Amino acid sequence: KTFFIPLFTMASSQLLLFVIVGKNEPLYEAEFHKLGGTSSGTSDSVTRQNYFVLHSALDLVDKASWTTNNMYLRVVDKINHQQVSTFLTAGNIKFMLLHGGKNEDSIKNFFNEVYELYVKLSMNPFYKYDTPITSKFFDTRVRAVARRYLS
Amino acid sequence: MSRSTPNILDRPLGGRGARSEGSVSTSAFAYLYSELVQYHQSRVASISELERRLESSGYGVGLKVLELLAYRAREYKRETRLMNILQFVSSAVWKSLFGKAADSLERSIDHADEFMIVDYEPITSMYVSVPSDLGQLSVDAYLSGIIAGVLDGAGFTARVTAHSVTLEEHEVSANNAPNANSSGSGSVNNNLPPRKDKAVFLVKFAPEILERDATLDR
Repeated sequence: KTFFIPLFTMASSQLLLFVIVGKNEPLYEAEFHKLGGTSSGTSDSVTRQNYFVLHSALDLVDKASWTTNNMYLRVVDKINHQQVSTFLTAGNIKFMLLHGGKNEDSIKNFFNEVYELYVKLSMNPFYKYDTPITSKFFDTRVRAVARRYLS
Repeated sequence: MSRSTPNILDRPLGGRGARSEGSVSTSAFAYLYSELVQYHQSRVASISELERRLESSGYGVGLKVLELLAYRAREYKRETRLMNILQFVSSAVWKSLFGKAADSLERSIDHADEFMIVDYEPITSMYVSVPSDLGQLSVDAYLSGIIAGVLDGAGFTARVTAHSVTLEEHEVSANNAPNANSSGSGSVNNNLPPRKDKAVFLVKFAPEILERDATLDR
């Protein structure tokens, strides 16, 4: 496994990174930009750094997941000015959000709504558990939820 | 232009306060299931291969049932302990799929990593008779696939196998007595000869699961 070593540029708090991780690989990724932020402003190294930070928090998620039976695990990791919050479904699918320290309530609501979308998606008999999510509808709905709770 | 079906992401999932969560008649299920068994039977060369195929058919169901039932409970909680997930399977999953909890959940005395879920009347074998040349086949392998799916999804890897165990004397009379209770809503097995065996699902956990569960006891 190779990692890019990122240049430590100033982490953007305008950018939110949301990843759904299964047992082996990411199943869904989306970047959200706060209203007023530019979507073309993120440089490659910042993006890579964000993914690196988020994926390196996975070990901590694993550790935390057996200490509580809540689905919402709150903040599992803090790096620089960013925090990683996590939500775990009953099937141990991890929803992870990289953010600049947002209101916990809005994050919890965001996770709950995405959870509902995820459960509905998994009711599709043609969607195999733990495989990448390719549905355009899902993507549109998740972004709408993000706009509602995270901007 | 016909009315288009709503996208799956827009349909309700049920849960607290929902109207009837939908059920299917036993005969419809039995018919479909018998076709499933026949389909696989014509494509395999051995009993264990058939059981494996039935198990993998049920596995996906287990994964989905796990997510759905956890969501419908609306508690935003997951199971982290072994006993709890087993109880979830034998009561919540069974009730949701078959209308009643499993008849018992037992722990093996000889092996610390083995548990048994017993069902006296699994719907998969209700209308199935196994010819003698297929000896040990248990069509309830579909149900053991469901159990394995639920356990695996929740993070408790286990090997689940289905066995038909002959009923003992006291069990036979206990289970065949209440036939007289039905009035309008007939009990399902009115016209069938009484069952001579029960289905036992043997659940054998991987050793690391037991270790992990033991460390959580501290």
